[in-house]
Formats: sequence, structure tokens, C-alpha cells
Amino acid sequence: MKDGVNTPALVIFILFFAAVTVMGFLAARWRKADNALHLDEWGLGGRSFGTWITWFLLGGDLYTAYTFVAVPAVLYGAGAAGFFAVPYTIIAYPLVFMFLPRLWSVSHRHGYVTPADFVRGRYGSKGLSLAVALTGILATMPYIALQLVGIQAVLDVLGVGGGNSTNWFVKDLPLFIAFAVLAAYTYSSGLRAPALIAFVKDTLIYLVIIVAAIYIPMRLGGYGHIFDAAGQKFATINPATHKPIGSLISGPQAQWGYATLALGSAMALFMYPHSVTGVLASKSRDTVRRNTAILPAYSLMLGFLALLGFMAIAAGVGKGVTGFNAQLAVPQLFEDMFPDWFTGVAFAAIGIGALVPAAIMSIAAANLFTRNVYKDFIKPDATPEQETKVSKLVSLVVKVGALIFVLGMDKQFAINLQLLGGIWILQTFVSIVGGLFTRWFHRWALLAGWAAGMIYGTWKAYGIAAPTTKHFGGSSAEIPVIGQIGYIGLTAFVLNLVVAVVLTLVLRAAKAPEGTDETAADDYTAEAGESGVAEEKPLVAPAG
Amino acid sequence: MTETPEAQAPPGRLPIVTPVRVVAAICLLAPFVATLWVSSYAKTGPELGGVPFFYWYQLLWVPISAALTITAYLLMRREDRQRKGLKGGEGQ
Repeated sequence: MKDGVNTPALVIFILFFAAVTVMGFLAARWRKADNALHLDEWGLGGRSFGTWITWFLLGGDLYTAYTFVAVPAVLYGAGAAGFFAVPYTIIAYPLVFMFLPRLWSVSHRHGYVTPADFVRGRYGSKGLSLAVALTGILATMPYIALQLVGIQAVLDVLGVGGGNSTNWFVKDLPLFIAFAVLAAYTYSSGLRAPALIAFVKDTLIYLVIIVAAIYIPMRLGGYGHIFDAAGQKFATINPATHKPIGSLISGPQAQWGYATLALGSAMALFMYPHSVTGVLASKSRDTVRRNTAILPAYSLMLGFLALLGFMAIAAGVGKGVTGFNAQLAVPQLFEDMFPDWFTGVAFAAIGIGALVPAAIMSIAAANLFTRNVYKDFIKPDATPEQETKVSKLVSLVVKVGALIFVLGMDKQFAINLQLLGGIWILQTFVSIVGGLFTRWFHRWALLAGWAAGMIYGTWKAYGIAAPTTKHFGGSSAEIPVIGQIGYIGLTAFVLNLVVAVVLTLVLRAAKAPEGTDETAADDYTAEAGESGVAEEKPLVAPAG
Repeated sequence: MTETPEAQAPPGRLPIVTPVRVVAAICLLAPFVATLWVSSYAKTGPELGGVPFFYWYQLLWVPISAALTITAYLLMRREDRQRKGLKGGEGQ
């Protein structure tokens, strides 16, 4: 780390930050609707986004600042294992191509704002819907906290905040300011703010990754040299375990873990409430489908981004520093390699890359609370205006919670919880995706399956120790029966599915009440503008 | 997974399984086989410009998978229009 503050980089960073702040507030007037008080406006941007806005919004939403810092950090530290992010994002899109258009159609026809809304409507079960909503909120909170970790990494390398400053307030002041600003414009502009800022974020990210993928290897002597350096590092024997510290190619004992992590993460990706929010904000079924075909452009970027971890090794980042924080590898690489002004651009990309998902996540969590806790259990006769008001307030609470989380607790705890969040959110897959295709599952069986998956996943993850932590140190464990090491989330999902199937058979035999299904078969294939979609929405929405 | 009769009912007169849908399904499933069968590509050679096979093979599958998803999208869109056309003829 260079001594002191990198002034040119800091100035550029602040300029970009100020520009997106202005955009965030102006966004309230962008494509403004007549009825600004309806939750569809604040929480879903008026359900009006076309193909390109949705593409930028989802790209800005799914590829977060934490991704930019954490994925290359794993490649930097352990090698091939971190590259699972590439197959994960490759298969995510063909997977969601099969079910997201159905979710969009049924949500559009019935005015659903959250995935839990759909579950309640499909199964007539507030309990199941509450389980889905709470899982979503729990999984999202640490994810928001990790966006702060991403900003912190950048600020650390820039030389402001963090570090060894004695006064906790001075130390974290930059983070406070960034988050206060974020909270303010999310409150006033809703989903329109991150949608507009996503243009800036994604453009900057593409620019930085393309430059990095060409310029840094040129300075380091080419990709061949970079992989040689990484291979040498991973062949080093760890004195404690007598095993190599990493591997350049996924070894036979690691391949189940690699594949199950990719598959499980791909299945979980669009179970996260913030992903669903991005999808439901689009204006047509065709927009959703078209996006699953053009979103892979981001996966290519992610692949090159991941390789930055190896470039950091070849550039000697953190070499000889005991206890070097791998999460700083990429920010440090940028500072070492780029001229100061471009370092500022790169750091702005990461910083803004944290703001967009953090805003959407807080909106999504707030919508879940409002629709599936407040309206369903506390105030069933809430008007759309009251819903919007509650949602806006909860978005603030959620963000303050995330801030306290990061400042007050160990950062490692947030990372562990986020891993756990991935396992949890995957347990809503059977209810949501199953429900999009069939009403065969019994609601009580789904609830039992969900509980089984949650308990198994949490218990298994609790038992995993890592050098830095005693519990929740990872997300892979031995798969029962198969005997290979695999992703806990996927094992828990299989258990969840088995419980749901078996109990459905039992409950159907026992003729347990099934609940009413307010959806019809053709709701799942409806397109915007068809009869029963736009026209019926105002009538259906208040009845919720 | 058993389906309820209503979920099976297609919104037109075409059968549920058509040749076009089978091709689209193959397009969508191919990336799963290619990327989740890790032992088929977990090796160093052949290298491409110094990049081990493990890495460039997976990166190559990003555009391949995108092309396949686009193909599936175009096929499904064409057939959806056909289905809607059939339905419009009898209903609206």
C-alpha cells in the first residue's frame, strides 16, 4: 500500500460519487407516473423498464461490488475453486429462461410485487408466504452488509478511513457519508435511482475490465507468465497441512464441489428478492426472455475479472506481507498497475458497484416486509399509499441495520452469514419454481420441506471450521449417500424436495385442505397488453 | 413431478411436446452438461495463448451458451406466436 492518501484517485472517485448522487435524486422525475404513491412506482419503477434498462439494472444488481472483490480474491488465494463463478453464471440464464417468464406473467396479471406474494396467491397460504419472505429478508441483509465491505476495501487502498486511525468515527466517516447518501436517494426515488445509476456503474465496470484484461497482462509479460506465476504459488506446500496451498486446475476431489456450487448458486440467483425485483420491474414478458439471452455478456466480464486474482499474484501483490487480506488484492493491483487517475475510475466503478445492488436489495427487502408481513399480518386493509410509506421507511431501517452490522461486528461474520444466506434462499426454490409449473405440491409439505432444508443447511454449515472462524467457515460438506464433498445448499435442497414430495403424497392421501389457488393456467403465459393484464391490474392489486 | 391437468393444458391446439420445443430444450440443457461435467475439462492442455484449457474452455462456453439461449428464445417466440394465433382464431 502506498503511504498516505492517493489524491488524484480520490478526487476522481469523489467526482463520480457526486455525479451519481445527483443522478440518484433526479431519478425521481425520470419516467414519472401519475400515481407516484402506489408501491408499484417506488418499489418497481412503475413496472415500465424496457429491454436495455432491464439489462443494465439486472447487470448492476447481480454483479455486485462484493463480487468484484471476492471472486478474484478466491482465485488469488486458492486458485481454480473461485472460477466456479463462471459456470455458475453460464448456466443461470438457460435455467431462468425456463421459469422467469412465467413468474413475470403471473405477477403482472395479479399485481404481485414479491416472490412471496406469488406463493401466497398460488397456495393460499400466508404461512408459506411468510416463510419465503423471511428467508428472503434474512438472506438479503448480510448481502447488503457485504456491499459495504466492498466499499471499505476500496477506501482502505485509497488511504482514507479504515486503517489504524484511533477514532472509530473518523475511521468510518467516509462509509457513513456514502451510506447516508445512498439511503436518502433510495428513499426519495425508489427503484428508479439504481436503474439510472446502473448505466454509469456498468459502463465504468466494462471499461475498467476491458482495460485491465488488456493492459495489465501487457505489463506483466502476457497471460502465459501470469498463469505460470499462479501455478508456482499454488504448488507451495502449506507447512501446517502438508498440502499445496491451492490448485491451478480443479483436482478430482474438488470437482463435485465445483459443479454443485455452480449449480446451487445458479438456482439460488433468481430466488434472491433483489433479482426478482429487477425482473418484475420490466415492462413485458418478452423483455424478460430477451434479457436471459443478453445477460451472459456480464458473465464474460466476470470471467476476466476473476483472472485479475492471478494477475495480482504475478504482479507480486501482497507478497511477503503476513496476513495480507486477499480482498484487497484487486484494489491493490489496480493501484499498483494503473496511473492514478485511472485507479480513481476503477475504484469509482467498484464503489458505485456497491450502491446499485445495495439500493435494490434494500428496496426488495422492504417490499417483502411491507407486502408479506405488514399487509398480511399487521394491517390487512393498508392502502397502496400506506404500503409505499412503510416500504420507504423499512428500506432505511434495513440499510442502517446493515451499517451497524458491518461496523459493530466482525467482517468475517457478515461473510459467513452471506454464505449461509445462499444456502437459505435456495430452500425457497421448490415453493417458487415448483409453483410456477404445478399445483401438485401441498402447501404444508412445502413448508415442512423448507424447514428441513433450512435446519439441515444451517446445522451442516455450523460444523465447518476455517482458519479464521470456528463455525460457518464454508459452504461445502460431504454429501450423504454419494460421499463426495459438495455444496451444502444443494444437498439441503434435495432433502427439501424429498420431504416435500413424500409429505405431499401423505397429505393428499389424508385429504388435507389444499388452500385456494387464485391463479389460472393462462396467467403463466400472459403477455403485457393482453386482456386481463394491464386492464385488470388496478382492480386486483388492492385486493392483493 | 406430476402436473395438474390445468398446468398441462396448452394455450392453443398444438401439443405440449413439439419438435421445436425439443430443440429449444436441447439448446438450454447443453450448457449444463458442458460446464457441470468438470472432469471433462479439468486439465492444463491444450493451452491457448498461455491460458490453460480449464480456463479458456469455460470462458468459451459463455458465448456458446448465449448463442444457444438466443436460439431457444427465437424458436420459442415463433412458436408462441403460432399458439396465440391458433387461440385467437377460436376465442377472442
